[in-house]
Amino acid sequence: MKRSTLVSAIFVALAAVAAFRTVDIGQFSGSGVTEADAFVIDQLLLPRILTAVLAGSALALAGAVVQSVTRNPLGSPDVLGFTQGAATGALVGILAFGGGVVAVAASAWIGAVGSAAAVYLVTRRGGVTGGAKLILVGIGVAAILSGVNEYLITRANIVDAAAASLWITGSLDGSSWSGVVILAVATALLAPPILLAARSLRVLELGDDLATGLGLRGERVRLLTLTGAVLLAATAASQTGPVAFVALCAPHLARGLTRRTGPNLVPTLLLGAALMQWADYLAQHAIPNRELPVGVVTGVLGGSYLVYLLAHQRKTGRI
Amino acid sequence: MPTRRALGIPAALCALLLVCVLSLGIGALPLAPSAVWHGLTDPASSPYAVVHQTRLPRTLLGLLAGTALGLAGAVMQALTRNPLADPGLLGVNAGASAAVVTATALLGISSLGGYIWFALGGAALVSVLIYAIGGGGSSTPARLALAGTAVNAALYSYVGAVELLDTDALDKMRFWTVGSIADAEPGSVVRITPFILVGVLLALGCAKPLNTLALGDDAATALGGKPALTRAVAIVAIVLLCGSATAACGPIVFVGLMVPQIAARITGPDLRWLLPYSAILAPVLLLGADIVGRVVARPSELEVGIVTAVVGGPVFLLTVVGRRA
Repeated sequence: MKRSTLVSAIFVALAAVAAFRTVDIGQFSGSGVTEADAFVIDQLLLPRILTAVLAGSALALAGAVVQSVTRNPLGSPDVLGFTQGAATGALVGILAFGGGVVAVAASAWIGAVGSAAAVYLVTRRGGVTGGAKLILVGIGVAAILSGVNEYLITRANIVDAAAASLWITGSLDGSSWSGVVILAVATALLAPPILLAARSLRVLELGDDLATGLGLRGERVRLLTLTGAVLLAATAASQTGPVAFVALCAPHLARGLTRRTGPNLVPTLLLGAALMQWADYLAQHAIPNRELPVGVVTGVLGGSYLVYLLAHQRKTGRI
Repeated sequence: MPTRRALGIPAALCALLLVCVLSLGIGALPLAPSAVWHGLTDPASSPYAVVHQTRLPRTLLGLLAGTALGLAGAVMQALTRNPLADPGLLGVNAGASAAVVTATALLGISSLGGYIWFALGGAALVSVLIYAIGGGGSSTPARLALAGTAVNAALYSYVGAVELLDTDALDKMRFWTVGSIADAEPGSVVRITPFILVGVLLALGCAKPLNTLALGDDAATALGGKPALTRAVAIVAIVLLCGSATAACGPIVFVGLMVPQIAARITGPDLRWLLPYSAILAPVLLLGADIVGRVVARPSELEVGIVTAVVGGPVFLLTVVGRRA
């Protein structure tokens, strides 16, 4: 069996184990399941598991695409001003439209997609979009938007501010079947085209000149895959908030474990699903009697992994 | 060039004086320059209280913090040979923030005198970290900026986590993390002045060695320089300047990025001119942004950190799009 297939199978197994553990948390796995237990499993735990699986894989896939397109191992949708854009949207949803679930999700989605589009357009004015320029423009837009976000947070009352800061951290507590359906539809529509573009992405990593020589239209591939990635990640973020570092870490871990070059999309996607669930499991059990939002765990663990990664990549001269 | 940069100093000082007068005069109670003068000098006059209790500390804090951030940005850009270096973007201010949040939420320290040490420690840790992972003097702009963004993201998610667990901390910190000089107290100005003075002296002292260092380590050593010592002193200066400015005002982004770039248009790359110019022009920018913040959102005010982010961001974008990547 090929190493990458084996590793992918392990990721699936990890995700499945995490799902069983989550259900087991409530001690419902025994024989006698009462009606109340069935309700909890059906209405709370199953949507939570499915949201984690779908959002995790969406973020991971988007991260793999952005890293490939920017040819930078530190790329993730976050460098497209995505997190701050989603947060601006969510803040507007919370402060201006009263914080209804649908309003927050919709305005976060619009904010995320809008900021990514702005970053792409500004970068394109300066020439081609590959590589460092996209990242630097993204950082600039993110800084402007975080100024706007801070303004909005200081103008809110403390209840709204706490809600907003929970949302920005990213949490699975609000998972519902309607959210799962939205995520499933988005994944079904967007993931297959991105997976099919894996070959083109791989060629594009060789550089625009070589890709053009091989008959590829570099800018078009970039635009289409980035659009798919941003739409996918925005949908995930609209349901869970922008959970930090999943998009950044999953491609690296997957690459390290499969030992394959290239965008490595399928293993990354599967690993994203497993990572998100285990992070949530940890978030609920790390401190006794205190449930943390999943974004705290991914933020702290992902951040530490990132520092290791930076030091390591620096040694091997990749960044 | 030589006459222009010599003539520019008095012009820049005049601009600084002008924004100081405006900063003392503009606000919820507008004062004419003559009233400002009376308020400063005559304890019996009616504007005395307003000028001495709120406007003067605010203006002095703006002066100090502006100078600190501008100088730190200029030294940082020289040290990393990178035009996009900024204490805010590279996470030094976030390091100070994370340390201050830790001190406030977990240890219950709420006075500036207590947490300034934490701010300095946090700034120092992040400076060394960023410098190490960003690749020191050989970094590309994108590498350094990404390293900074990544560290920023990690630190702010930590800050977010602490605030989530402790709503009181959130309520206090959400105003501090914006970056503001509005609530300046005379005590906090006095508290950070020595740190910033030492930082300024160290930074200005670095000008000549850093000039030599720009030629590369080998050439600098051949010319009698000590690259390792220069770098160490420059980092200490950055830490003192950023740490104390952040402790007093909260994290303010982009001042350190914009000012040295504007100053370099006048002076060219010679740091013996560039550093003093940055030190004078940065408070002009910071106080100017603060005045804009007082005027645009009447009757309330915009914090200066928000104004610099919203104004500085486009400047950053223009720099990025304009340069050949």
